[in-house]
Amino acid sequence: MKIVVCIKQVPDTSEVKLDSKTGRLMREGVPSIINPDDKSGIEAALRIKEETGGSVAVVSMGPPQADFALREALAMGCDEAYLITAKEFAGSDTFATAKILAGALGKIGFDLIITGRQAIDGDTAQVGPQIAENLNIPQVSYVEDIEVNGCALTVKRQFEDRYHILEVKTPCLLTALSELAPPRYMHVRGTVEAYEKEVQTLGFEDLAGTFDPSCIGLAGSPTSVYKSFGKKPKGAGEMHKNLSADEAVSLIISKMAERHII
Amino acid sequence: MDFKLSKQHLLQQKLYRDFAEAEIRPIAQEMDETETFSMDLLGKLHKYGLMGIPFSRAYGGSGGDYLGFSLCMEEVSKIDGATGLTMSVHSLACSCIDNFGTEEQKQRFLRPLVDGSKTGCFGLTEPNAGSDAAGQQSKAVLYHDKYTINGTKIFTTNSGFADTFVMFAMTDKSKGIRGISAFLVEKGAPGLAVGPNIRRMGVRASSNCEVSYENVEVPASNRLGKEGDGFKIAMKALDGGRIGIAAQAVGLAQGALNEAVKYAKERKQFGKRISSFQSSQFKIADLQTRIDAARLMTHRAAAARDNGENYSSHAAMAKLFASRMANDVCRECVQLMGGYGYCREYPVERALRDAKITEIYEGTSEVMQMVIAGAMKVF
Ligand SMILES: Cc1cc2nc3c(=O)[nH]c(=O)nc-3n(C[C@H](O)[C@H](O)[C@H](O)COP(=O)(O)OP(=O)(O)OC[C@H]3O[C@@H](n4cnc5c(N)ncnc54)[C@H](O)[C@@H]3O)c2cc1C
Ligand SMILES: Cc1cc2nc3c(=O)[nH]c(=O)nc-3n(C[C@H](O)[C@H](O)[C@H](O)COP(=O)(O)OP(=O)(O)OC[C@H]3O[C@@H](n4cnc5c(N)ncnc54)[C@H](O)[C@@H]3O)c2cc1C
Repeated sequence: MKIVVCIKQVPDTSEVKLDSKTGRLMREGVPSIINPDDKSGIEAALRIKEETGGSVAVVSMGPPQADFALREALAMGCDEAYLITAKEFAGSDTFATAKILAGALGKIGFDLIITGRQAIDGDTAQVGPQIAENLNIPQVSYVEDIEVNGCALTVKRQFEDRYHILEVKTPCLLTALSELAPPRYMHVRGTVEAYEKEVQTLGFEDLAGTFDPSCIGLAGSPTSVYKSFGKKPKGAGEMHKNLSADEAVSLIISKMAERHII
Repeated sequence: MDFKLSKQHLLQQKLYRDFAEAEIRPIAQEMDETETFSMDLLGKLHKYGLMGIPFSRAYGGSGGDYLGFSLCMEEVSKIDGATGLTMSVHSLACSCIDNFGTEEQKQRFLRPLVDGSKTGCFGLTEPNAGSDAAGQQSKAVLYHDKYTINGTKIFTTNSGFADTFVMFAMTDKSKGIRGISAFLVEKGAPGLAVGPNIRRMGVRASSNCEVSYENVEVPASNRLGKEGDGFKIAMKALDGGRIGIAAQAVGLAQGALNEAVKYAKERKQFGKRISSFQSSQFKIADLQTRIDAARLMTHRAAAARDNGENYSSHAAMAKLFASRMANDVCRECVQLMGGYGYCREYPVERALRDAKITEIYEGTSEVMQMVIAGAMKVF
């Protein structure tokens, strides 16, 4: 089985702070990591390969620095890596990102695509499902467990109050939860070999014909960020001590009336 | 001249950092308190190739280099000096075989040590032969094609759980240091006995015992190098090992300073954070500067070794400077944190205890001074 995992390089949000004045993320000096859900997707793919054979490729769309995330995936044991990068791709929203990734995945070839459920910086959870729609293949999101039976997969999908056990035929796309498979570390030998392997770059020309060029980049993106802002911290509350129950009730009622809540 | 780590080394550093944070930090204090090294941790160090970093992939090693090894020693020792020691001594044993073993010995002994299956130890020091390692009293006598070894080694790190013992013994007393030979002894050999853990001030989690050899027989094919090569084998391994100890000292110091800075930013006295006092800021700046100087010296020694240059005196200077620096830095970090720094609840107390040994093992500071002055031809 040929498995392709889509990975996004994201700022380690546990170390990101918000600029209280501009409402922007302060990314400077923040280490970049492989999006956690995607890393568990890599682990799941490697386990399938170890059990049933096949190969694992990783794909990332992003600036040239995303190379480092791809090398980490190679050092964990992935066989091939593809960097999707071009100035034409800059500014893509989830719709455009999915178009480009779907085009690249079609070129690379796959039996199974694994994406993360969502990226910790964007949090939309849209890219995986949109890739599947673009490629016209079945998808199962929120996957917590995968079992391979020949060319069919039995997957456990997390739902609000229950699980669904689904059977799905390949080719298909799954979106991985971080609970799917706790990722392994890189192997030291892997780190050495990661830089002996080649990361293949796919640019705008390489993907020509796989998507409508008017649907990508900033211009092709239907969404635009209208405004981004941080939450304002609430002011300190008022303390009223030593009130009787009746006094407290009338105070609360008057406060609510004051704010037009009642 | 380029002072940047390569991308490949940065990737390794990320692995070592992630590993140390997740696997060592949660258990470091408990290992110290209970004076036991976690076998689960040892297994993981092997599994991810951390025990075979600078050894060739042709023998199952990780195929890295000494710069990578020193990055690992630093990251691991930031969190726990004892884990650094365990790795360092294992690596000493490996490098003896790597440097002097025959092809057959490398396949039989080096491969399992670097591919993640076995752990090694290095027995040079004896109760009466420390800095004066040439004063070996252990003896090995050849009869037909077997050596019979008798003697006692002290402070053999990892001996409590090691599978392979690289040890040194006199084969010809009349030849002095040219009468010392190196041997490979396997765990379980009749007559090989490992004593209880020696109770120590620091690096308490590591296994460190007296090892006695009583009529231990090994085939002549277990001799490393020629008869009389033993001293050379030990000194060459220690030259490289010192790069690791320098890195261990850098890690201990950086780990302690990171903790102290975090604390100083939180702790308030006289209505202000300790970190807002200029005296604290100046102290922290000085400490970081000294750590950085030691790190550069360590990387220089490692790079010289990786480039096949003469590195013996670079390594000795790095160890001399870094180990003193680590003791000063850890002591000052406890000072910055006051009474809390002195408590076992905070890891700086452990770092200060662990730092002391870096001035002693793999050659004391005085021995480093002898090596450096010797290289300067100051006789
Ligand atoms: C400065 C900035 C401006 C932005 N402007 C816009 C905008 O105008 N409109 C808008 O809609 N969005 C915008 N975004 C969001 C950005 O386009 C999305 O982050 C991106 O499309 C992926 O969406 P997501 O992060 O929500 O990923 P999700 O949909 O949450 O990711 C799900 C999974 O898809 C895969 N995946 C996602 N992205 C990639 C990738 N690049 N390469 C490989 N796999 C991937 C991963 O497996 C991931 O786990 C902006 C982001 C930034 C940082
Ligand atoms: C935790 C720990 C782990 C160790 N691990 C190992 C191991 O795995 N394998 C191993 O073989 N050994 C190991 N050792 C032993 C260590 O290498 C020795 O302790 C060290 O070499 C010093 O020897 P010594 O203790 O006999 O001190 P001594 O040699 O007795 O030295 C005492 C003092 O005298 C000084 N001195 C000695 N000679 C001179 C001189 N000529 N001029 C000036 N000063 C001098 C020394 O520098 C030192 O300050 C370990 C020790 C410890 C504590």
